[in-house]
Amino acid sequence: MSPGSKNSSSEGEQRRLAAKRSNLWLRARLLQAIRHFFIEKDYLEVETPHLIPSPAPEVHIDAIKAGGAFLHPSPELCMKRLVSAGYSRIFQICKCFRDGERGEHHLLEFTLLEWYRTGAGYMDLMDECEEMVLSVSEDLGFGAKIHFQGHNIDLKRPWERMSVKEAYERYASMPMERALTSKRFDEVMVREIEPHLGIPKPTFLYDYPAELAALAQLKENDPALAERFEIYMGGLELANAFSELTDVSEQEARFERERLKRKQLGKTVYPMPERFLKALAHMPDSVGIAFGLDRLAMVFTDADKIDEVISFSPEEL
Amino acid sequence: MYNASDLRRNLKIQIDNEPYIIIDFQFSKPGKGQALYRCKLRNMINGVIIDRTFRSVDTFEPADLQERRMQYLYNQENEFYFMDVENYEQSMLTLEQVGEAKNYLIDNLEVDILLFENRPIGITLPNFVNLRVTRADPWAKGDSVSGDSKPVTLETGYELRVPPFIDEGTKITVDTRTGEYVTRVKE
Repeated sequence: MSPGSKNSSSEGEQRRLAAKRSNLWLRARLLQAIRHFFIEKDYLEVETPHLIPSPAPEVHIDAIKAGGAFLHPSPELCMKRLVSAGYSRIFQICKCFRDGERGEHHLLEFTLLEWYRTGAGYMDLMDECEEMVLSVSEDLGFGAKIHFQGHNIDLKRPWERMSVKEAYERYASMPMERALTSKRFDEVMVREIEPHLGIPKPTFLYDYPAELAALAQLKENDPALAERFEIYMGGLELANAFSELTDVSEQEARFERERLKRKQLGKTVYPMPERFLKALAHMPDSVGIAFGLDRLAMVFTDADKIDEVISFSPEEL
Repeated sequence: MYNASDLRRNLKIQIDNEPYIIIDFQFSKPGKGQALYRCKLRNMINGVIIDRTFRSVDTFEPADLQERRMQYLYNQENEFYFMDVENYEQSMLTLEQVGEAKNYLIDNLEVDILLFENRPIGITLPNFVNLRVTRADPWAKGDSVSGDSKPVTLETGYELRVPPFIDEGTKITVDTRTGEYVTRVKE
């Protein structure tokens, strides 16, 4: 350590945070614009607990233990209990926590915008996403054209809609079925498909293989697929949505399978979310979506790393 | 033993019995999918760069590497010989393995030799090495083309630019990381 290094590191922090000022301003305005959009559309803003006893058992989502419970990896279960009790349009902006997820686009603690709406299908939800992002972009003064990581992205409606199967046909070195049987679906998606998505218009990638959507409703005419979609802009994944599964016994069986897979992998097996399953019996047909707000802030600030749109990264604490 | 979550830039691991250093690392996780650890790795023996994607269930052996302090002895054709200063055992590196370091190797110079499973694979030089100038043209005053430096040749055959006041026979310090002149050595 050189003399005065303590001093220079605090100067480093001053400089670093000063350089982030415009991004943090834009992030704050983004949050306000989103709230404005949903309130205008008669959505109720809700808050559900961050500390929960039983996260949804999903094989690849690991909750962080805290005081005999878990920090929620998503507000999904509590929000669906509200939907089941008749709250037909709700949104929430909250922190979510996922263990082991740290990278240029990942934080263990990240901000999610999640909303639910009854009496609509996943295609209607795509329309609403287009409307929301465009409205927010206009509020921020960007209009319909934004620049993100070397790409000009045109937010004008309609956006590109492409099924997962089509995306495999267009971009991948193997068909979707083969990627699934050889257990390379995620790898091919990340390496070969994602870099093409969301250019020059945002892309809705829809109809995922049923086994990759533990809480989604299956397609009526093709039960091998789930009514699930993701949004991409400039190769970056921004949101995950689906038509909600409302069949209690089917949901219970899927949770059981996910718990078994977790056990096989030596991961923590969460208690069955019994109260959620009970409530699900009353849940009307609805759609829900989890939208990564840090990543949306990345798009509007043209940031290549998620750290650029938050005040402190975990390593800076 | 390392887990996938230990992977990061500069970590040295063993793949197919060869040591690799991670030169680029990216965590990715497609929505609802499994975590993928995408790495660019350089083979520490032959320099070949490979791309690999690992999953959270993968585990890795740390590369069995150690550094030994050795003295440079001599070279014969393209082979460079070193002697361990503690146990006097000799090791040999090829010209390819020595690379740019050959510009600084003078008899008895102490260096660190990197061993993989006791096999020499690389060399780390001290940051500064003193070398004698064996050839220097006299400084032509008013020569504005060459500015305020002139080319010289060192005892290792290495050529570099130095300030005009450095004469043949002078010893100078060179920074081995940049290959540049640092100062004249007082003798």
